[in-house]
Amino acid sequence: MSVQNLTAFDPFADEGDPLGGNQDVGSQQNYLHIRIQQRNGRKTLTTLQGLPKEYDPKKLLKAFKKEFACNGTLVDDEEMGQVIQLQGDQRVKIANFLTEEGIPKNTIKLHGF
Amino acid sequence: MASEEPLFDPSLKKRKKKAVAFIEDPLGAEADPTTPAPTSIDNHTTNGDAVDLGPTTLHEQFKQSQNGGPENGQPVDEVKEDDDFKSMFPEGLKKKKKKKDIPMDLDLGDDGSGAATPTTAPAVSEDLDFSDIKKKKKSTKKKAMEDFEKELNDAKAKDDPEDIDGDDGEHLNDIDEADLGDDPFAHGAPTGVDAGTEPWLTSDRDYTYPELLQRFYASLHASNPSLLTSTGKRYTIAPPQILREGNKRSIFANVADICKRMHRQPEHVIQFLFAEMGTTGSVDGAGRLVIKGRFQPKQVENVLRRYIVEYVTCKTCKSPDTLLTKENRIFFMSCESCGSRRSVNAIKSGFQAQVGRRKQ
Repeated sequence: MSVQNLTAFDPFADEGDPLGGNQDVGSQQNYLHIRIQQRNGRKTLTTLQGLPKEYDPKKLLKAFKKEFACNGTLVDDEEMGQVIQLQGDQRVKIANFLTEEGIPKNTIKLHGF
Repeated sequence: MASEEPLFDPSLKKRKKKAVAFIEDPLGAEADPTTPAPTSIDNHTTNGDAVDLGPTTLHEQFKQSQNGGPENGQPVDEVKEDDDFKSMFPEGLKKKKKKKDIPMDLDLGDDGSGAATPTTAPAVSEDLDFSDIKKKKKSTKKKAMEDFEKELNDAKAKDDPEDIDGDDGEHLNDIDEADLGDDPFAHGAPTGVDAGTEPWLTSDRDYTYPELLQRFYASLHASNPSLLTSTGKRYTIAPPQILREGNKRSIFANVADICKRMHRQPEHVIQFLFAEMGTTGSVDGAGRLVIKGRFQPKQVENVLRRYIVEYVTCKTCKSPDTLLTKENRIFFMSCESCGSRRSVNAIKSGFQAQVGRRKQ
């Protein structure tokens, strides 16, 4: 005999990832990283790394460039894959743009100072 | 973002001096954590930070008024400090005090010991100073980033005001500037702490919430006085001292001190700083960190705060009393106060774009 009531919900069950809901927590795979790098003077570079496969980086770059009125390029890195690189500090703009496009905010990691 | 320009140099220099004077308060904090002097720095933070959290502040207030006696030794030299401070920047202080006078005055009136007030003055002016500078140079962009982070933190339910995040440097945020208007409200409660003489007994009116809250804390502390000593130890960290070396290098002077305060290996902290700021650097002979690139104290503080959230505070109990150990190439953080243990992310610097000349 089993008590039906108790099987409905296991209070001690793993409630899943608090982070992203993906398999490998803590690895960098499931995060979008937005970083900033200082160049000479007050110039900066913004890089976007870890874009999910379903987004076309080329088209996204084009949209970024148009939206933020900056130049940018697509860099192929042997470890990180394709990285979007934009001129200037576009971190917040990128984050807002991506969230408006439906990328969950908790998968975006904003680095830098 | 290299927001540092020669334009701001005068104010920068001023701030540098101030930072030195300011530093001594948190140091005093370590000597006696229950003194109101150090807590006033972040006490006012907490007030500004989460205004609706009346209890914590009230708790502290009560404690301060209780501990009024023992900490008389400290305020003396702090007053002196303050005087020095004022003589150093006679107009600077006056100019910068605006509406913040109000909460300060209330502090004077409310605290049974006047001990908190002398240090509140420099702290507040310091705050204002920072925010002033920030206001000048801070674009909405930066603020938006903070907002974004805050939202993120909210999403992760990390945003606890007890958190260090609010503690160590939140006083530099402009949030408290806006919220300080509510500060008097929080402070207004602990007047007339003694129980039994509730004002509503004599009059016809109903009691108000702050009065009841105060009554609650009065009876709580009367019944178990251990509460007054055990809890409420704030986690303070000296603000980073950033100096400029030449044109394109910054020196993080008190990195060793901060690491010691956080009980972390300097290597780990430095690794995080470099990964997060996307730069490189080295440690010089005097134990200072030389960072490539121009960085403001505020920026380094932001990164440090993120470090503290990620690698210092216990995610379960929010206590900063944790140990970081390495086992099989994985870092584990074990909490000293609640015993929880979790693995933390390895520090990865990620993609580094090619900046500057390429080597042939």
